[in-house]
Amino acid sequence: MTTDIQATHHGSQDEHHGIGHVIPAPVLIAVFLALIVLTVITVAASYLPLGEFEIWVAMGIATAKAALVAAYFMHLRYDNPLNAILFIFCLLFVALFVGFVLMDADQYRSDLIEMHSPMN
Amino acid sequence: MATDAFPAHGAGPGEALAGDNYLTHDHGILSWLMTLDHKRIGVMYLIGILSSFLLGGIMAMLIRAELFTPDQMFLTENKYNEFFTVHGAVMIFLFIIPGIPGALGNFVLPLMLGAKDVAFPRMNLFSWYLWMTGAFFFLAALVVGGLDTGWTFYTPYSTQTSYVVVAAMMGVFILGFSSIFTGLNFIVTINTMRPPGMTWFRMPLFVWSLYATAIIQILATPVLGITVLLLTAELVFGIGIFDPNLGGDPILFQHFFWFYSHPAVYIMILPAMGIISELMSVFSRKPIFGYRFIAYSSIAIALLGFLVWGHHMFVSGQSALASFIFSALTFSVSIPSGIKVFNWLATMYKGSIRLQTPMCYALSFLLLFGIGGLTGLFLGALATDVHLHDTYFVVAHFHYVMMGGTLIAFLGGLHYWWPKMFGRMYNEAWGRLGCLITFVGFNATFLPQFLLGSRGMPRRYARYEIEFQGLHQLSTVGAMILGAGLLLVGLVLLHSLFAGKRAPSNPWGSGSLEWQATSPPSPHNFEDTPTAGNPYDYSQMHYDPRIEGYVPNKTVDS
Amino acid sequence: MNQTALSSESESGASHADHDHSPFFAHHFESPQQQFDAGKLGMWLFLITEILFFSGLFVAYAVFRARHPEVFADAHLYLDKSLGTVNTVVLLFSSLTMAWAVRCAQLNQQRGLIVCLTTTLACASLFLGIKAIEYAHKWDSGIFWAGMYQPLADYHGDHGLSPFLIGLSVPALLALVIFAVAAVLAYARRARQQLIVFGGLALTSLAFFVGVGCAKAVPVVVDAMVGGDHDQATVVSVEGGRTESVQEGSEDAEQPPDEAPETGPTGFSPAGIFFSIYFAMTGVHAIHILAGMGVIAWLLVRSVRGDFTPTYFGPVDYVGLYWHLVDLVWIFLFPLLYLIQ
Repeated sequence: MTTDIQATHHGSQDEHHGIGHVIPAPVLIAVFLALIVLTVITVAASYLPLGEFEIWVAMGIATAKAALVAAYFMHLRYDNPLNAILFIFCLLFVALFVGFVLMDADQYRSDLIEMHSPMN
Repeated sequence: MATDAFPAHGAGPGEALAGDNYLTHDHGILSWLMTLDHKRIGVMYLIGILSSFLLGGIMAMLIRAELFTPDQMFLTENKYNEFFTVHGAVMIFLFIIPGIPGALGNFVLPLMLGAKDVAFPRMNLFSWYLWMTGAFFFLAALVVGGLDTGWTFYTPYSTQTSYVVVAAMMGVFILGFSSIFTGLNFIVTINTMRPPGMTWFRMPLFVWSLYATAIIQILATPVLGITVLLLTAELVFGIGIFDPNLGGDPILFQHFFWFYSHPAVYIMILPAMGIISELMSVFSRKPIFGYRFIAYSSIAIALLGFLVWGHHMFVSGQSALASFIFSALTFSVSIPSGIKVFNWLATMYKGSIRLQTPMCYALSFLLLFGIGGLTGLFLGALATDVHLHDTYFVVAHFHYVMMGGTLIAFLGGLHYWWPKMFGRMYNEAWGRLGCLITFVGFNATFLPQFLLGSRGMPRRYARYEIEFQGLHQLSTVGAMILGAGLLLVGLVLLHSLFAGKRAPSNPWGSGSLEWQATSPPSPHNFEDTPTAGNPYDYSQMHYDPRIEGYVPNKTVDS
Repeated sequence: MNQTALSSESESGASHADHDHSPFFAHHFESPQQQFDAGKLGMWLFLITEILFFSGLFVAYAVFRARHPEVFADAHLYLDKSLGTVNTVVLLFSSLTMAWAVRCAQLNQQRGLIVCLTTTLACASLFLGIKAIEYAHKWDSGIFWAGMYQPLADYHGDHGLSPFLIGLSVPALLALVIFAVAAVLAYARRARQQLIVFGGLALTSLAFFVGVGCAKAVPVVVDAMVGGDHDQATVVSVEGGRTESVQEGSEDAEQPPDEAPETGPTGFSPAGIFFSIYFAMTGVHAIHILAGMGVIAWLLVRSVRGDFTPTYFGPVDYVGLYWHLVDLVWIFLFPLLYLIQ
């Protein structure tokens, strides 16, 4: 099906008409293939005895995939840099949220009586 | 070009109303409900939030009346719990969060930017409808009864009390989206629709504060969304993430809740600070002192506000390490707040201060916010907070900040922009009297509560020991004075709609662009896009007693 | 920076102001470029709210995983890695077609735009079909969120039709019938535009059942292909039927616990929390998929009508951004839920 689409606009080059940047077809295909390869790698890695590093490997690959999607499919690489700044800025707040809560939850863990509620 | 607007449209006080304006342009209720005009949406917000303020205020009066004696007068314990819950939830979610951005911001922001409208007028109307839907859910919860969790909805109690919590959660969820869309609209409007000549540092400071507010609305409110969604799932399905019976963690709920609700405190106060920045400069007839510092401090407050949420959780079971860090970070917020206060003081210094009604509110704000802010330091300090937590000291503190800060600034802003919104001047003397009674009543209500709290009177109790009665009675009497003052304010404003003098374009002599439009503005705000100059430059205008307003110095012959 | 952005904006605005405007140009903007930029910034801000919305779920996941790593490692074996992988690929492909749809709109390739949007919709539906099988399998074997978590020890695979699967399929079936009938009627009336729209939507509804079929077939195929690989076979057996093909004497760690996990004093298992989070995360994600399908269907209607041109393609771009974000969330959910060791 994709080849079909390619055929329809064969010859029309990716010059800039209208507003916004047009992403070249080969780039889209290459990004998609890279995403598939990374998916295969992350599934394969889940069978390897990586121990503690497993979560970091999995998250690292996921982040790489996310970066590809954001940079190309979401046009961030070509866009007004403000959008990319906003995106990264908001990830800082996610990190803040996750980081603080995880730190605290780890700290008060020893005070918890699991599966116990004073309201019973 | 811009200066032409003055003689053309503001030449006589009568001329402004005779022409077509946004109020008279269309007729009928549908022309309001379907409107995309930011000014009409702002007025609709104003009606909505003032109604909810009335509702929340009646609740407060009933609570204070009940507390006149230590024993039951007319509210049972359960009803009392419901009343303070509804008072808190209505005041926070329906009044104070949407208040200034929704009503005043919507009306003024595009005018200040010399724009025809906000970037997404349909979304603007949609967020008003979301607000109405959320309000409907709250009213439903109120009518059904049984919402007794406090406005914080802490688990595990909220998962076990009554299913009416679900209705309140839906209300909060929907109101959250209303708030998000307002903030989103404002950021896009400010980023993309500024007029020629208006660089970032020529924007009026109210616009800066709305921008900072919108940042918080965008970043924090979605977390409230997922929190109430999970709490709803907890109630309906029992997913157990917050329920210790199912292996969940109630402290996690508090983290979720305060990750939104602490920054939300700055959603409430930042626009108020923006209004005060405008009023201080205009009524001191002096350019604002330290413009950039005030602008940056708004953004700094918005960002620092995200680092301190754990100071609400010092006695929740949060770890000592987290409490320590959050306590230390809490003090950092006082820096940008202090910067603002000192800049306002410096603005007044050697200014030609006019004590017109909006300025009276601004001065009240300065004092009340000062007390509110400084008592916050006691609560931010770990050791004192353990003693003061959940006492009336906390109640007094946040009423000084929220009510003495935001409500007073809101009233100041309302009095300031009232002539622009409705084209009528209110009676100055009565306006000032309203401000004075409100100020006196407010302090009589909440100063005793600091004493009550530090002596150990816990909040949210319907009954109390006899030793607290004197202070409680003082507080109740104060509340009645406060109520009377606010009633007077309302009557003065309403009276002006029917019998007020017609307002000139620029009654206060302000330099920002909204005063170049007619009072009230035409449906499309400006005939030509005005060119922005320095909004705090007062040397280019003079008072014209003929129209009782200000006109530019260089009058262009027509 | 801000001043230059402003001036360049007004310059480009001036240059565009001469172009003939799309009928969708809103007049409170100075130029189509300003309208496009405003819309795009608005969409990005909305995406930020979406990210923070999901961040709450990620926090819950992180806290409970840090607290009960062993429970998470065990419980995730009830999830089917192969189905998760297929779904990841499906969603990535839908992202590709969505990005391509934007490209088509920018280059005024009307037919390509329609094909891309329909493909995206079909992929979304396929994804939901596979998800439906996953959910139905779990519910059949008593695996719910914490409040209802009671895994059946004697569950023996999907003999016959699961009532849960039927329940999940009813809306898709209804949609299929309605859109198919509408497409036939449109064909009879020679209403070409309606035929394309309803045909596309019928195809989309059909894709749900293709997904269901795929999900039924994938474990069998994987089982046959990698028969010797007991890792995969074991996992498959969890979905297919817990006791049937578990290989005796397998010392591999990836074996589901034979008995129901240990329960706490109140009779609930901490494994329930894993599934609470699983259902919350995938459920909220699925709701976003459904919402995305709704707006893409709206785009389909508009693109069939020929609304989108190289000077007005904003909505395609904005919806595309949203769709990629839904994909982004899945990119993280997949390893977190399916690929724990």
